[in-house]
Order: sequence, then C-alpha cells, then structure tokens
Amino acid sequence: MRRDVRLVDRESRICENSAHLRHPGVDALKYSIFSLIGHALSRERWPLAWRSPEPAKHYDVVVIGGGGHGLATAYYLAKVHGIRNVAVLEKGWLGGGNTGRNTTIVRSNYHFEPNAHFYEYSLKLWESLSQELDFNVMYSPRGVLNLVHTPGEMDAAMRRGNAMRLNGIDAKFLSRDEIASWIPNLDCSPSSRFPILGGLLQPRGGTVRHDAVAWGYARAADALGVDIIQQCEVTGMRIEDGAVTGVRTTRGDIGAGKVGIAVAGYSSKVAEMAGIRLPIESHVLQAMVSEPIKPVLDTVVTSGAVHFYISQSDKGELVMGGDLDFYNSYAQRGNLPVIEDVVRACLALFPSFGRLRLMRTWGGIMDMTMDGSPIIGKLPVKNLYMTGGWCYGGFKATPASGYVHAWTIARDEPHPLNAKFTLERFAEGRTIDEKGAGPYPWAH
Amino acid sequence: MMLIPCPWCGPRDQIEFTYGGDATVRRPASDAPEPEWVDYVYLRDNPCGPLDELWYHGAGCRSWFHVLRDTRTHEVLASAAIGEPFAPGEG
Repeated sequence: MRRDVRLVDRESRICENSAHLRHPGVDALKYSIFSLIGHALSRERWPLAWRSPEPAKHYDVVVIGGGGHGLATAYYLAKVHGIRNVAVLEKGWLGGGNTGRNTTIVRSNYHFEPNAHFYEYSLKLWESLSQELDFNVMYSPRGVLNLVHTPGEMDAAMRRGNAMRLNGIDAKFLSRDEIASWIPNLDCSPSSRFPILGGLLQPRGGTVRHDAVAWGYARAADALGVDIIQQCEVTGMRIEDGAVTGVRTTRGDIGAGKVGIAVAGYSSKVAEMAGIRLPIESHVLQAMVSEPIKPVLDTVVTSGAVHFYISQSDKGELVMGGDLDFYNSYAQRGNLPVIEDVVRACLALFPSFGRLRLMRTWGGIMDMTMDGSPIIGKLPVKNLYMTGGWCYGGFKATPASGYVHAWTIARDEPHPLNAKFTLERFAEGRTIDEKGAGPYPWAH
Repeated sequence: MMLIPCPWCGPRDQIEFTYGGDATVRRPASDAPEPEWVDYVYLRDNPCGPLDELWYHGAGCRSWFHVLRDTRTHEVLASAAIGEPFAPGEG
C-alpha cells in the first residue's frame, strides 16, 4: 500500500515540477541510428537520460553509491527481482569515483575457481550489455595479453591458462615471435631490459567505455522506476534491534527496508556507520594518459613482472597504470615516484612511446582487502549488504557485482557466484588469496 | 612528493622508505581467544584522517619509526622513534 501511495506522489511531483522529464518506463526513448538521424534533422532536444527526483521518505531498498556497482545493483533489483521502489544515493555525481578513474580493462583470467567463475560471468554480461541497456558501452574484445619475462612466470602462466581452459574460459599462449609480429612497437628483442619469452592471451578480454557503464545503468534503472539521487551523502545509519531501518543523509533521513553498500574505496567508513570493522585498507592507485595519437596499439598489454598495463583509448590516448602508492590514502591523488615507475616500465617495453607527452594523471581509492578478493554479501547487521573490497579489479566486475548484490539483497542469501566472497571467510580461514601475498592489503 | 621526517636522518624523499602500515595494531597473547587473533590479523580501523603508521628508512639509517600522517591530504603531522611519543613540528 505504502508503495502505491509513494508512486502516486512521485507522479504528481513530476507533472508539477519537471514536465520536461519523461515518465519512468513510459516514453523511454529507444536509442538507435533512426533516433539519431531524427534528432539530427529535427534538432529537437534529447530528453534527459534520467530524472533527478527529490528523495522520498522511504524505499524498499536504498543503495549507497552511484557508481557502476550501485547503479547496476539497482538495475538488476528492478529488472530481475521486480523491486522497483529503490533509491541510489550518490554523494557526488554518477560515476565520479572509481567508475570514471579506472583504466577500462575487462577480463576473467583468474586461477582460483570463485574468482574465475565470477569474473567469467561478468565478462559474459559485458558481451551483451550494450543490447541489454540500449546504451553503447563500447565493449571492445581486443584481447588482454599478460607478458611472460622469466621461466618462473612461464610456469605460472601455463598453470593459470590451463586452469582457465578447464573452467571454460578462453586462454591462449603466444610465443615471443607471435607477439613480436602482432605488436611491432613492443621491444621483443633478447637484449631488452625485460626480455619477453611469450605471453598469456585472453582474446575475449578488452576494454569498455567506463563512463558509459554508469550512464547506461542509470538510464535503464531510471526507466524501471529507480530514483537516482545525486549530491546526497549518507552520514549515518538508523539501526533498530540489530536491523538497519534507514540512512541519514545530507538531504534528510530516508527510511529503507534494506540497504546495500556499493562505495568501494570508502567501504570502511560506511560500514563503520553500522558499527562494522572490515578487513580492508584504503590505498591510492594512479593512472595516466598520453596525448592522443593515431591507432598504434590494438590490444591490452600487461606485465606482472614490472606491474604495468597499457591500452589505447578510442580517443587515441595511451592509458597506463601500475602499482599502488603503497601507503594508506583517501586523497584520490598520488605521488610522483609511482608515475615515474609506470613511465619507466612503459619505455622499457615500448621505447618508441618516449616521444609522447604525458597529458594527465589521476588517482582513485581502492578497497584493498586482506586476501585481494572482493567482499559481496550480507553484513552482521540485518538487512544490510555490501559489494566492495575490489582492490584493483572493480571495474571489470561491475555487471556481475550488481547482479549478485541485487540477488543477495532481494533473497537475503547469496547467489552461488558470490557465496564464497563472504565477510566471514577471514575468520573462518577461507581466504581467496589469488596472489598468495598474505594479510598485507597493499601487497595484492 | 612526500618528505618523510626520519627521527634520525631528518626529512628525506619518500622513495628512501618502505611502508609498514597501521602502527596501532597490537599482537594478542598467544593464548588469546580466536576473535582477538582475527581482529589482529585482518580487521583495521582504516581511518580517514590522521593515522599512526610505521615506516622503514631502508635507504638511510635502516630504522623503523612512527609517522603520524593524514590519509586525506598526505600531510605528515609528526614522527617519532619507536617507543617515543610524537613530537609535533619536528623533522
């Protein structure tokens, strides 16, 4: 009953205040070549892709965090589980956090089964996401190539590649000669600083336009009736008898049947509002782009030995990243030594890129967990859930994270794909430590 | 670039140092109950603000010491030798 009343309230509010905004789910414009031509000829203004409603007093589900993960959670809650009385609360703007700060790489080249199955499901969702959302997220399966520089790395790559194939994931080992003929800019000579022995390729890996993921999910969720509320920071939680019943925000108190946290980078701070300590430290990870140039690199190249990765964006910039700064940080910016390291690694592998100018650098805050794997599931407070602890790997997880987070919220039990990513696994000794680095969050 | 004030060598470039993490973590007694060990090994306050942390001056005096640093701004507020209190403004 309450839900019906609220929907009526909202309809009247939209009619009164925002006549130019479309009604959710009714006249959602289908994006197509024909609508593009139509608007080009008519010069009619495009309708806004989502509304900006005032927060209601109460929602069935409140999702904290308007990045890819939070918006995907809301979308799948509405689409798969029919829970449409949902709000996404974002303290800044959509995709202004890590969704807009990553290096856009998607892949599922993991060794351990929980990771392999989860990220492979995510990659499958990426493959059809543009059609699913009617929004071009520019999934580009250009391949992700992990370079191998030493015999030890060769053994590890073979082992991981075979594990991937046994899990039904595409993997292919390339010889040094195959890599040299495919990527002529890469220094494959035996005298290079980091000689290349071969590489493990995941052909279906690649890149996705990161901003479009947030926008696509936002538009699709809004069309299903989800309220997306920006400039609304959660400052506290209302907890009664061990269950969360709402959140306090900079735009007033909002009641909630259930609350999902999707704020990687700040998970510790939001969980703290519910009195929960997490096995997470926040660290800054930097990325950078060169000036834009003509197409020069048509895949994603990574090197674990020097911890470096590079791809070329559709604008032509070379997008690069490397290690964490290795100290706790919430600053969203890092320091020069890591930038120098990344550039050095780049020039050792691609000497010709030394002629380019570095255009921009930035930082994002990573939830570094104690085993390098995410935490997706129920929290010790009833009706409170989280998806976070993504370390470096959050972007590629976005669709699957939203899918299983929504499932967990809707059914109050995990989906088989996130059943192993519990918060309790640390106390139970069931950590999923892909790298075997132990409980040193900055070492993963 | 961060200048880390080593209590023995004075302010030096951050590349001379290795990070040792949260210094407030305390190892429990060997017969302490399991939740205390879980807390020690895995759980962290992860403060957004001043953090008491350990740094190691590997390219200098090779000593471990405390740094009080703001995780929001990277501003170093104080440093101290192991077992000494923080003395603001030094270094």
